Amino acid sequence: MYAQLVKSEASAEDPIRLAEFQARIDRGEKIEPKDWMPAGYRKTLIRQIGQHAHSEIVGQLPEGNWITRAPTLERKANLLAKVQDEAGHGLYLYCAAETLGVSRDELFEMLHNGKMKYSSIFNYPTLTWADMGAVGWLVDGAAIMNQVPLQRTSYGPYARAMVRICKEESFHQRQGYHLLLHMMKGSEAQQRMCQDALNRMWFPALMMFGPSDKDSVHSAQSMAWKIKMNTNDELRQKFVDETVRQAEFLGLQIPDDALRWNESTGHYDFSEPDWDEFHDVISGNGPCNHERLEARKSAWNDGAWVREARMAHAMKNSERRLAAAE
Amino acid sequence: MAEDTSSPAAGNEWPLWEIFIRGQHGMSHRHVGSLHATDAEHAIKNARDVYTRRNEGVSIWVVPASQVSASSPSDKGPMFDPARDKVYRHPTFYELPDEAGKM
Ligand SMILES: [Fe+2]
Ligand SMILES: [Fe+2]
Repeated sequence: MYAQLVKSEASAEDPIRLAEFQARIDRGEKIEPKDWMPAGYRKTLIRQIGQHAHSEIVGQLPEGNWITRAPTLERKANLLAKVQDEAGHGLYLYCAAETLGVSRDELFEMLHNGKMKYSSIFNYPTLTWADMGAVGWLVDGAAIMNQVPLQRTSYGPYARAMVRICKEESFHQRQGYHLLLHMMKGSEAQQRMCQDALNRMWFPALMMFGPSDKDSVHSAQSMAWKIKMNTNDELRQKFVDETVRQAEFLGLQIPDDALRWNESTGHYDFSEPDWDEFHDVISGNGPCNHERLEARKSAWNDGAWVREARMAHAMKNSERRLAAAE
Repeated sequence: MAEDTSSPAAGNEWPLWEIFIRGQHGMSHRHVGSLHATDAEHAIKNARDVYTRRNEGVSIWVVPASQVSASSPSDKGPMFDPARDKVYRHPTFYELPDEAGKM
């Protein structure tokens, strides 16, 4: 998902304290920043929320790419509002991570030096205007699948950030689908463009949920701690089941010959994405990894003087106020 | 004039502010989250962009996070338990006959 392959940390604390902590979670209590928590819980959450925040921020880039080239003023305003929301999502999540004792600058540092990841999906290019539709529909659609259950996660600040995010997310998916519906009523070339966007985006979207983790110890620990609510396979299946019908309504073909309704399971059967490609992309070798990270680093470096100037301005003002009060 | 003691948290980071928003007229301000800003004015501007993009507020308060004092979780028992067994502070404790009328 937005947090793929998050390893959970084992905890070597006092078993009685650990058991009490687990009991709180099992009772459905929220863990708040000042409460005692196992070191592993804290570390895993920093990693997961950090990766989620980075995904929101880096995720602005593929769509930012089309803002100036939107076909109408209305579509431009829609896309701009959507991308601005993603910036907000990143900020809510960074703040949630900071309550665990990591600083914002440390989080940025770890993004820039590659110690922390962001979702693999944002390392693919957005080549046509139809990609803006496919991103909203599929990428935000997949994000929603994951984020809705996380509203019930055990860590209070994370859960509250998720509630805010989920409230805003549905517009993202709808504007994407709306855009595709509109384009599918257009010329043949426009319809082909939509199909091409789906062809390129389908498997990367399925990869967003991460490889199967039903037998993973990390996943079991995270699920016991309620910082992961469903297995990757459960969410992927749910996504496929919902998306197939939406594709049919658009008149688009899911690019998977093995896709078919399975009477006995009550779900669609589908092909697994290419997991070698996934591991390749997540370890830095996707089509846009370099470009995305460079864009983030230069935004950070080029903005340094602005951050310093704002701070200096605030210091000067507060000195002036103090002098006037004397 | 009170001195602004909110100091940069780590390195050159802008200080952290807690944000409170009044959602509608007549309601109280509610904590919605936090953000980084250089001073109060900047915090209010950022809060507007981060927390009121959909008309969620009619008024914003910002407080330096370093200025918030909180009760500690370990005091939870001694702080709040004494109020638990005082059921007679609630109206339902007092059973009155129906004939007495609505009260
Ligand atoms: Fe988002
Ligand atoms: Fe979104």
